[in-house]
Amino acid sequence: MTAGRWAGPLAFLVLALLGRTLPGWLVFVLTLALAKGLVVMGVMLLMRVGLVSFGHGLFFAGAAYAAGFAMKLWGMREAALLVAIGVLAAVVLGGVSGLLAARYREIFFAMLTLAFSMVLYGVLIKAYAVTGGSDGLRVPVPTILGLQVRPEQGRLAVYYVTLLSVAVAVAVVLRYWNAPLGYLMQAIRDNEVRVAYLGGPVSRAVYFTYVLSSALGGLGGVLVALSVGHIDPNLAYWTTSGEFVFVALLGGTGGVHAPLAGAVVYELLKSYAFKYTPYAWQLLMGTAMLAVILLLPGGLWAPLQRAVRRQHP
Amino acid sequence: MATVTIIALDGLIFASWLFLVSAGLTLVYGVLRVLNIAHGSLYALGAYTAATLVIAYSHRGLWPPGTLAVLPLAAVVVGAAVGPLVERGILQRIYAREQILQLLATFALFLILEDAVKLIWGPSPYYAYRPYALLGQVRLGGVVYPVYSFLLVLVALSAGALLWLFVTRSRFGRLVQAVIHDPEISTTLGINLSRVYVLTFSLGAALAALGGAFTAPMISVVPGIAVEVIVVAFAVVVIGGLGSLPGAAVGALLIGLVRAAAIHLVPVLELFTIYVVMAVVLLARPHGLFPPPEVRRI
Repeated sequence: MTAGRWAGPLAFLVLALLGRTLPGWLVFVLTLALAKGLVVMGVMLLMRVGLVSFGHGLFFAGAAYAAGFAMKLWGMREAALLVAIGVLAAVVLGGVSGLLAARYREIFFAMLTLAFSMVLYGVLIKAYAVTGGSDGLRVPVPTILGLQVRPEQGRLAVYYVTLLSVAVAVAVVLRYWNAPLGYLMQAIRDNEVRVAYLGGPVSRAVYFTYVLSSALGGLGGVLVALSVGHIDPNLAYWTTSGEFVFVALLGGTGGVHAPLAGAVVYELLKSYAFKYTPYAWQLLMGTAMLAVILLLPGGLWAPLQRAVRRQHP
Repeated sequence: MATVTIIALDGLIFASWLFLVSAGLTLVYGVLRVLNIAHGSLYALGAYTAATLVIAYSHRGLWPPGTLAVLPLAAVVVGAAVGPLVERGILQRIYAREQILQLLATFALFLILEDAVKLIWGPSPYYAYRPYALLGQVRLGGVVYPVYSFLLVLVALSAGALLWLFVTRSRFGRLVQAVIHDPEISTTLGINLSRVYVLTFSLGAALAALGGAFTAPMISVVPGIAVEVIVVAFAVVVIGGLGSLPGAAVGALLIGLVRAAAIHLVPVLELFTIYVVMAVVLLARPHGLFPPPEVRRI
């Protein structure tokens, strides 16, 4: 695994350099992709436990709006603080909703999380005075560690904030992945009852994964808010959550890098599909999704991993 | 008229609609064990087909009440055309896979159909108001109701009753019950499983389309009507217990009444009622009100 150890930092370095060389729109797409990739990472963690969240929009929008409120009501502009506020809001949302949701499995879990996110959607639409209803809120360019950012550099600044957040998130998730509790994830997915009989802390592992996953969802939400510069209730709509599940499936649950790679592929695919077939891009995405489900059960990475394994048995 | 009566009536009307759009979903889940996200798209297909048929029929200047008969026809058309295609083309290949993947496959189908509808019918709205206008209005204790609403109640009641009779009394219904009970043993008894699956799914699709067809005259049929219906239908079905027909009826009534009460008493809460009812029911009964018995595998 010596190559694997360097792959992460190397990819990180390449991405950092790319920020300077790529055209602006591509940097923007990359920012969005990485930010959404964090949410997808959260969805993927839950998938490892065998749970599919159709309501990550709850944390995604919750965090984005928490940051939006902090900007609107307290005039807060500092990116680091906004990110912290967003993640905190998501953890609170996850901590509370998890008390209920983490007790459910399979479709009931999916439906319950979906219901939670749709309640938030309803609140955001109805509380017009605070949230601006379906118009949403504007999110101005933040300051970075107290430094003013010129508007034309805002995009690049948010890109680096995102990149840094991704690095931190990957480190945290990897730590969990390789911890005893993290190893339980796959075991629970394979046979939960057996794990419980063996004395494994099933409910603790599920709850912890759920909260960690919500924190990732929140982190992604704030970053998307900062990069797009605008938030609206659609962030909480169930189709947004469905998109995350789709990307998680695209990437597979094979590793921490999978959701990020899946998100980049998806976001690029989507922008091209949208550009060339504005009326049929959902059709294209749906077809791609079906193809992945029917032909590539382990996600885009699975055939690659198999190929690597064949060469280095 | 007392508010209570109005709430009861409104609730009943809304519940009828809810039952119509969710009965097919619970039927399909009960037999195929697939929670079909594309159910809402089938509903939309039914609405569009019905709108097209109604408009075409009215343009011919034929006997006006015929527009009402055209509505169930749309359901039959969608059920027969799309049902087997989807079951044979997609679902049949993934029965052995995880339930979650099946959920995602139907989500993909939903995305595909969403654009397909736009490509076929275009982005502009369709107005198929004729059946609605035809029946006129009725005054009940100072409140004006469209007669069409009561037709909706009638359709939901008869659809529910027919479905129930079909499942419990007919030969095919008994086969379906055997399959629900144990698919593997059913095959050894000589039941053609894939035939049961394809027919049940087509029936479910026709029910979704029936809901859409009878909704079409009440709304302007536009892209995006599928999305909202899916979540609502899920809520009804989850509350009732996945796969239970009486459960769907009770779930529909519960949501219908609570929503009607919210509209009349606390209008702000209207948007949340469905989700709140669902969360409360799931809190008390994690598998819905009437869950079919399930074996726990160790």
